[in-house]
Amino acid sequence: MKRIISSVTAVWRFYRDGFRQMTWGRTLWVIIILKLLVFFLVLRLFFFQPVLGGKTEAEKQETVGRELIEGIRP
Amino acid sequence: MTLLDITDSALLDWSRAQFALTACYHWLFVPLTLGLALVMGIMETNYVRTKDEFWKSTAQFWQKLFGINFAIGVATGIILEFEFGTNWSNYSWFVGDIFGAPLAIEGIVAFFMEATFIAVMFFGWNKVGRGFHLASTWLTGLGATLSAWWILVANSWMQHPVGMEFNPETVRNEMMDFFAVAFAPEAVTKFCHTVTSGWMLGAVFTVGVSSWMLLRGRNRLMALASIKVGAVVGIVAALLVMFTGDRSGLDMARNQPMKLAAAEGLERGGQGAPFSVVPGIEVPGALSFLATHDFEGFVPGTQDIIDGYTTPDGERVPSAAEKMARGKLALEAFKDFREGHAKGDQNAKNEALKTLNEHKAYFGYGYIQEAEELVPPVGLVYWSFRVMVGVGCLLLLVLLLVWWYGRQNRLEQNRWLLHAGLWSIPLVYLASQAGWIVAEVGRQPWAIQDLLPVNAAVSSLSAGAVITTFVLFLIIFTVLLIAEVRIMCRAIKGCQLD
Repeated sequence: MKRIISSVTAVWRFYRDGFRQMTWGRTLWVIIILKLLVFFLVLRLFFFQPVLGGKTEAEKQETVGRELIEGIRP
Repeated sequence: MTLLDITDSALLDWSRAQFALTACYHWLFVPLTLGLALVMGIMETNYVRTKDEFWKSTAQFWQKLFGINFAIGVATGIILEFEFGTNWSNYSWFVGDIFGAPLAIEGIVAFFMEATFIAVMFFGWNKVGRGFHLASTWLTGLGATLSAWWILVANSWMQHPVGMEFNPETVRNEMMDFFAVAFAPEAVTKFCHTVTSGWMLGAVFTVGVSSWMLLRGRNRLMALASIKVGAVVGIVAALLVMFTGDRSGLDMARNQPMKLAAAEGLERGGQGAPFSVVPGIEVPGALSFLATHDFEGFVPGTQDIIDGYTTPDGERVPSAAEKMARGKLALEAFKDFREGHAKGDQNAKNEALKTLNEHKAYFGYGYIQEAEELVPPVGLVYWSFRVMVGVGCLLLLVLLLVWWYGRQNRLEQNRWLLHAGLWSIPLVYLASQAGWIVAEVGRQPWAIQDLLPVNAAVSSLSAGAVITTFVLFLIIFTVLLIAEVRIMCRAIKGCQLD
C-alpha cells in the first residue's frame, strides 16, 4: 500500500512540476483549453446534436430505415 | 429540377463541403505529427548513442515544434465525429458496427498512449533515465501511428467494404470478421502509403526549416545536422510513398476502376492504355502497366464502366443501367422486408430477404437516377493526381540535391537550393492534400463504395444550418491556423543554439 501511495505521489509530482516549469507550453495549453471549450460547450451543445440522439435502438432502426426507403426515387 | 431537388442539392453540397473543410484542416496536422515523430526520434537516438548534448538540444528543438503542431491539431478530428452524428446520421447508423470497433480502439490508443508518453517526453528530460525518455519519444510516435491505423482501416472499409453482413432488421452492417476489416490488404496499403507520406512531409518540413536557418545564418550546426537527417528520411520516405502508391494503384484498378479512369481522364479504355502526363502528352501502355503491372493489361474508361464491358479474360462487368436496376430490386426488397417486419409477417420477410441477398452488392445503385452520376468530377481528380505525383517527384529531386550537396559540405554555397528547400514546405502540404482529394473526390458519389451514395447518407437537415456551421468552422479553423503558424514561426525564430 505504501509503495502504491508513493508511486502515485511520484506521478503527481512529475506532472505538477512539469506544468509549473512550462514556459511556451502555457500558451499552448490556453489554446487547447479554449479550443476544447468551443468544441464541446458551443459547437457540440448548440450546433451538433446527433440526429439520432435520445432515441432507443428500435427508434433509430426505424428512423434510418424510413430515411433510406424515402430516399428511393421512382 | 424541382424545389426539393434544389434544396437537397444545396444540403448535400454544403454537407460535403463542410466535411471536406474539416478533413483537409485535420490533415494539415496529422502528417506533420507522424513525420516529426520520426525525425525527433532519430535526433534523440543520436543523443542517447553519442551522449553529445548537441543532439539533445537538436531533439528538444524539433520536439518543441512537434508539441506546437500537436497542441493546435489535437481534437480537430473530433469535429469529424460530430459531423458523422449530425450531418451524416444515416451513414453513421448504417456503418455503426464496423466503425465502432476501430474508432473505439483509436480513441483508447490515442488517449492513453499519446497522453502518457508525450508527458514523459516533454516533462521528463531531467527526471527519467535517457533510455526511458527515448522509449517515451518513440512510443509517442508509435501511438500516433497506431491511431492513424484505425482511422485508415475505417476509411479503407468505405472504399472497399469487406468482413460484414447487412442486417435489414437493424439497418446496419454488422461485423462478421474483425481481421478481414482490420487487416484487409487495401487497408494495409492505405496505411503504409499515408504514414510514409506523413514521414515525407515531416522530413521536408525539417529540411525547409533548416534551410531557412542557413539562409539567415542561424543555428548553423543544428541546421546542417537536421538537413542531413531530414534529407535521408525524406528520400527513404519518398521511395516508400512511390512503392505503396504503386500498390494503391493496383487496388484502385481492382476495386474502384471508376476512380482510376477519372484520375486518368480516360473515357474509353482497353488493352495497352496510355498514361496521360498532361493533356496531349501520353506514354503508351503506361497506364495499363500501373494498373495491372502488364503493358497490355486491360483498363476500362469511364464510358466503358457506364456501358458495361467484357475483360480479355471473358469476365463480363454489368453496365450502370444493369447495376441500377439490380439496386432498385435490392431497395424494393429492403422496403418489403421492413414492411413485413412491422407487420410481423415472417413469410414476407423471408421472401424479401432472398431477393435482397441476390442484389445486395448493388444496394447503393438503387439511389442513382442517372448513370452519369457515377462519374466523379474528372477535372478535379485528374489534376489532383498530377499535382500529387508531380510535386512528389519534384520534392524527391530537391531532397536528393540537398542530400548530395550536404554530403559534400556545399549546401551553404548554393543558396538557390536552400530557397528550394524552404519553398518545399508549402509544396509538400499541397501534394499531401491533393492525395486525399484523389482518394475522396475520386470515389464520389459513394460514401460507401457501391452500398451507400452520399445523397442517401446525408441527414435531413436544413441547408441553412449546415451553411452556418460551415462558416463557423471556417472562422475557427482560420484563427487556429494563424495561431499555429505564428507560434511555430516564433519558436523557429527564437531558437538560439549556437
